[in-house]
Amino acid sequence: MNYRSNLEQVLSKGKFAVTAEIGPPKGSDPDKITQKGEITKGCADAFNVTDNQTAVVRMSSMASSCILLKMGLEPVMQITCRDRNRIALQSDVLGASAIGIKNILCITGDHQSFGNHPESKGVYDIDSIQFIQAIKNMRDMGVFQSGDKILSGKPDIFIGAAANPFADPYEFRVDHLEKKIEAGANFIQTQSIFNVNKFNIWMDEVRSRGLDRKVHIIAGVTPLKSLKMTDRMRFHVPGVDIPEHVANRMKNSGDPKREGYEIALELINDIKKIKGVHGLHITALFWEDIIPSLVRESGFLPRP
Amino acid sequence: MIITKQKDFNELLSSIGKEPIFIIGCSECATMCHTGGEKEVLEMKGALEDKNILVTGWVILEPACHLQNDKRILRKYKDEVNKANKILVLACGNGIQTVSEIIENADVIAGNDTLFLGEIKHANEFEKRCNMCGDCIEDLFGGFCPVSRCPKSMLNGPCGGSIDGKCEVDSNIDCVWDLIYKRLKEKKQLQLLKIIQEPKDWSKSTETRRVL
Ligand code: SF4
Ligand code: SF4
Repeated sequence: MNYRSNLEQVLSKGKFAVTAEIGPPKGSDPDKITQKGEITKGCADAFNVTDNQTAVVRMSSMASSCILLKMGLEPVMQITCRDRNRIALQSDVLGASAIGIKNILCITGDHQSFGNHPESKGVYDIDSIQFIQAIKNMRDMGVFQSGDKILSGKPDIFIGAAANPFADPYEFRVDHLEKKIEAGANFIQTQSIFNVNKFNIWMDEVRSRGLDRKVHIIAGVTPLKSLKMTDRMRFHVPGVDIPEHVANRMKNSGDPKREGYEIALELINDIKKIKGVHGLHITALFWEDIIPSLVRESGFLPRP
Repeated sequence: MIITKQKDFNELLSSIGKEPIFIIGCSECATMCHTGGEKEVLEMKGALEDKNILVTGWVILEPACHLQNDKRILRKYKDEVNKANKILVLACGNGIQTVSEIIENADVIAGNDTLFLGEIKHANEFEKRCNMCGDCIEDLFGGFCPVSRCPKSMLNGPCGGSIDGKCEVDSNIDCVWDLIYKRLKEKKQLQLLKIIQEPKDWSKSTETRRVL
């Protein structure tokens, strides 16, 4: 079988995948990407490159992905629907494929009011599910969203989507996942998990509908670096669920950085045992250098 | 209802200067929004006179967006209008332009900011309800509109950020997807939400079209 990407190969062979996030710099310095790439090289099967995350202007995910490719790292290029209409989205998919990007994660995107240009106009021409479907149709049928034919080269993309098992309305979350799968998602990266019980309830439902056999679920983990970050994520980042007992451990610890690391290790240990979870996605915000030891101590090295 | 908000008075003063002015209000939406009814027009008149600005006259159009009505009514105020160098219109963006079509010799000043097509929840409390997309799909969503009420116009379900039924972008407004979900659940029509909604045909929106 021909695999589109390394990530697809690892997942298809039933091995437990590891992905890690690399945030592009707030500037044009390519070294900022290469440094993060050097630190995390060999620790993950593919590296998510965020697209102007939290609506703050950063180096484009396409250019940053290109830099990783040159280093021999496989990117998962993230594309949001916030800043582009369907013309620009599809154009970027073609361009990404042309330069060798094989994984794309489709997201609607954080609202522009949260970022550093709150006065900007959001696009939101299509939503993430419609975008997933558009890429699938480009890849599998050779047609654009409008039905117009692609003339030369169908983008061979392994399509990813995000899922938040913790958001409201809670009962709709698995239906929503099912819709993303139906639209064409091949793999799912979840919101960072701190509440394993709630994640388990979601996974129970995912398995009972057989969805874990239709899509690869990659569970998100974020090591908490400080008390400040814990509070920020807890109270100011929409859709994150940090339970009281986790927050208390951070609060009562003499060494919150160490505690955050320990919590992450424990979470990974719990999560990897959950049936139907096919991989781990590490988002270490401004703390990429912790990724190697986190992956090693969790027993995921060497990577296939 | 077209929801409007009166511009800041000092901002208005700087566009008016010291020149003689005629004030126009509107009998419909601007009256309901308390931004350009008779009461507000008279208040504006008093406030401008306090600043020693000559108000040559005033009128409430019925409604300001009706070209033929405006022509008929304004004919009766020809002298007052001719004495003014500025025309302050306390109506919506449409009413202001209809007036501009008729009055050519004076500067037309927008007295209101036009916000949205929305609902009057309580007196002076308004919420957006429609983007006038030209292709209403509310019946797919329990009678609620995600196009205008979700800041991301999500058509296939909520984003991941809704908290306790409120929108992640503004906790003062309901997440419309929470309303949609609850309503369809009550009506046992949740299966509607399983259908993947195709990208919307924005060419049907009125952005560049003139409808007769
Ligand atoms: S679907 Fe379109 S026409 Fe209907 S309420 Fe929403 S924006 Fe208005
Ligand atoms: S919280 Fe609800 S209304 Fe607000 S952006 Fe998300 S889905 Fe839309």
